[in-house]
Amino acid sequence: MDMNEIKEIFFQECEEQLAELESGLLKLNDGDRDPETVNAVFRAVHSIKGGAGAFGLDDLVSFAHVFETTLDCVRSNKLEPNQDVLKVMLKSADVLADLTNAARDGASVDESRTRGLVKELEALARGEMPSASGAPEVAPAKPAAAAPAPVAVAAKPAPTDESGFQPIPFTFDDFGDEPAAPAADPVFEVTFKPRSDLYAKGNEAALLLRDLARLGEMTVNCNMDALPPLEALNPEEAYFHWVATVRTSKGEEGIRSVFEFAEWDCDIDVRGLEENEEAELPMIPVPFDLAILDGDGAMTAEEHDHDHDQMGDHHEAAPADAPVAAAAAEAVSAAQTAAAVSQTARAAAAAPAAAAAAAAAQANNAANQAGQTIRVDLDRVDRLINLVGELVINQAMLSQSVVENDSNGTSSINMGLEELQQLTREIQDSVMAIRAQPVKPVFQRMSRIVREVADMTGKSIRLITEGENTEVDKTVIDKLAEPLTHMIRNAVDHGIETPEKREAKGKNPEGTVRLSAKHRSGRIIIELADDGAGINRERVRQKAIDNDLITADANLSDEEIDNLIFAPGFSTADKISDISGRGVGMDVVKRSIQALGGRISIQSRPGQGSTFVMSLPLTLAVLDGMVVTVAGQTLVVPLTAIVETLQPEASSIHSFGASQRLISIRNSFCPLVDVGRILDFRATQANPVEGVALLVESEGGGQRALMVDAIQGQRQVVIKSLEANYTHVPGIAAATILGDGRVALILDVDAVVAASRGQSLKPEIALAG
Amino acid sequence: MSYTARNLTAGDRELIAFRIGDQEFCVNIMSVREIRGWTPATAMPHSPAYVLGVINLRGAVLPIIDLSARLGMKPAEPSARHVIIVAQFKNQVAGLLVDAVSDILTVTDENIQPVPEVSSDLERQYARGIFAIDKRMICMIELDALFPDMESEAA
Repeated sequence: MDMNEIKEIFFQECEEQLAELESGLLKLNDGDRDPETVNAVFRAVHSIKGGAGAFGLDDLVSFAHVFETTLDCVRSNKLEPNQDVLKVMLKSADVLADLTNAARDGASVDESRTRGLVKELEALARGEMPSASGAPEVAPAKPAAAAPAPVAVAAKPAPTDESGFQPIPFTFDDFGDEPAAPAADPVFEVTFKPRSDLYAKGNEAALLLRDLARLGEMTVNCNMDALPPLEALNPEEAYFHWVATVRTSKGEEGIRSVFEFAEWDCDIDVRGLEENEEAELPMIPVPFDLAILDGDGAMTAEEHDHDHDQMGDHHEAAPADAPVAAAAAEAVSAAQTAAAVSQTARAAAAAPAAAAAAAAAQANNAANQAGQTIRVDLDRVDRLINLVGELVINQAMLSQSVVENDSNGTSSINMGLEELQQLTREIQDSVMAIRAQPVKPVFQRMSRIVREVADMTGKSIRLITEGENTEVDKTVIDKLAEPLTHMIRNAVDHGIETPEKREAKGKNPEGTVRLSAKHRSGRIIIELADDGAGINRERVRQKAIDNDLITADANLSDEEIDNLIFAPGFSTADKISDISGRGVGMDVVKRSIQALGGRISIQSRPGQGSTFVMSLPLTLAVLDGMVVTVAGQTLVVPLTAIVETLQPEASSIHSFGASQRLISIRNSFCPLVDVGRILDFRATQANPVEGVALLVESEGGGQRALMVDAIQGQRQVVIKSLEANYTHVPGIAAATILGDGRVALILDVDAVVAASRGQSLKPEIALAG
Repeated sequence: MSYTARNLTAGDRELIAFRIGDQEFCVNIMSVREIRGWTPATAMPHSPAYVLGVINLRGAVLPIIDLSARLGMKPAEPSARHVIIVAQFKNQVAGLLVDAVSDILTVTDENIQPVPEVSSDLERQYARGIFAIDKRMICMIELDALFPDMESEAA
């Protein structure tokens, strides 16, 4: 693995952590006060900081550090996570995301915003911590110098520390003086009580103690009182704690910094000792023996060893071994002392060894449970999907030819084929499921949009998301973000009123935007509802008249007026704002939804808000289509476009002008469009009475009756690109392969309807030469 | 068959020769993916006359070009005896309908003669050289020059 790959993994993890962070903050925002939520939020920031440190991403580290410090205040209940605090935090999460992106793509960051937030965060950490009980100097002033980088490796047993460790200058200035630590240095008693989580996360007590030993002269005692008899021993539990006496010039702060990356998984108590107190220690001090710990480290988990090897590397030469070598003889006796405690103790008391080994196993388990996912290149999945698509076609062709040759249909081949059919279908479903992803990431992005727009417009808005785990094809998700962003902006900017107006109307001054997703009959339904003013029909109507979209005397139903906002070039906001008045309107949204094979509709109640309902296919790879025959050719018409099908009667066909014909359907006249003629499959118009009319609704909202010769049936077809090897063909959206192995073209209904309006559908390939 | 397996030297080209009517043409063997029999193609609306339609090539949609028509000769009447040369040019793959594949040739550059000045634009556009083998005349054509528009449209 080269550095870039590792970095890429780091950024992918960052994305996950950022999502975790945001969802945690939102939970807190909703009043969740579960300490686990706070911890999760804290961990997310912490992990980003750790990883960023390893890659030397200083901007990210320093911001994450400030953020983390403030979060720490929340974690230790020094800061109440009220709405105001969370607002800052959510903004900070956004900035953190920006910084991460900047680090990845070199995008620019709004530095003033970052600086502003740093100040706000620092103010929160300072201002809201009145007495700062316990450890006054620790929380607010986490030693910035010691904070970043190397220790991060221990905290983050991610791939980063495998080999991606980047040495960062990190020296213990007084290391060389250690044996002759000045007597004037204060003495501290450090009680270090790991919890099983510490080991589960790949930290190791031995390494922490060794780091502690580097601070100065140290003796350490292992307290095994908690160790149960062997039969009651839970190998994944942590039973030991250590009491160390350290003489150091670094002070309590320095000691705490050793445990910084493990502090939430262990209990640390640092107490200053008087000189005489030191002598009264109840336990016999065992000289702290790094050799033992080193040995244990090696025995336990290789990867941990790996860690500290690397850490050792840049602590300029083997740091601990030298001074300890002298005490080698003592080491043996010490080991014996430890071993002699009891037979039971010994098993586990090969000191941290067993515990650490167990922890490693546990960590593995945890990793298995949490990470039952693999990252796979999308290309590979697509290739598989393609192959399965071909398999399905092949299977269908095989079935067909067997049926043709097997008159009575009872042979065992037939039975086998049926099973094969079932299997291929299952394979297809499972393969499609690989691409299915929850809509959560998109929804999460929306909460940021809501925040930003609400901020800009001075509105107070709460976004409620439902059904975030609804799964849909990745392509759909990717393409959903843009229209959804636009709609959310619209909802916040135009839909929801200002707090004053809301209050005047007796509504909750805080507006609500509800975004939900659910599956319904093989499609995904996404609803976006706001409780704002609803559509002002008078204004929409006036605007439509001004823009020549409708005539002044047009008689439109409420629903029709509401749908006018989807008309091209329509924008109702009185002032063109930064947020939604970008010259593109809901027509763009509608088009992008339709491009996804979806539909969008709006329901609005004045004074109570509007609801947009989008119905999208679960995947873009297959399409429900009606297979029809036109002039001897087989075509597929997307089912989403078809409103109804009917058999025209001669009496309902009316000629109109030279070549146009209209069909009357329930007293309204609808232009009749001969698909075969439009596509140039035949020279003259077919007789409508001999064919079937498909009533379709197109982008422009108008209805057309498409004439085809016959309907063959309805089926799901796999969409194949024509553009890959050919070019875009006007009137044709794509191609597909039917059961007989032949290619059928999928009709582009909108283009055909547009062509029937007189817009040219001329061939775009000019004959060369 | 005059093909002999030998190491190609710098000036050598390996070519696939095929027949359209009574004329012989060839293309660079490196651009040929496979050769297969004719299967009925699905007609494409609004396509130039030389595009016969599209066929299913193991799941991919492959346009079929009537090379005879494309080169300005009599349009082919595809039958089971016709052959499709699946060729790659630029980033696309297309099938070229020809009467038959006749030979695989190795030709050195010095044997290739420039295209004589003729009045037809089309010939000047696609022909890259001519050479004689066994008293036959074979015209080397440049696939990329045949479909200048397809790529720009697809891009």
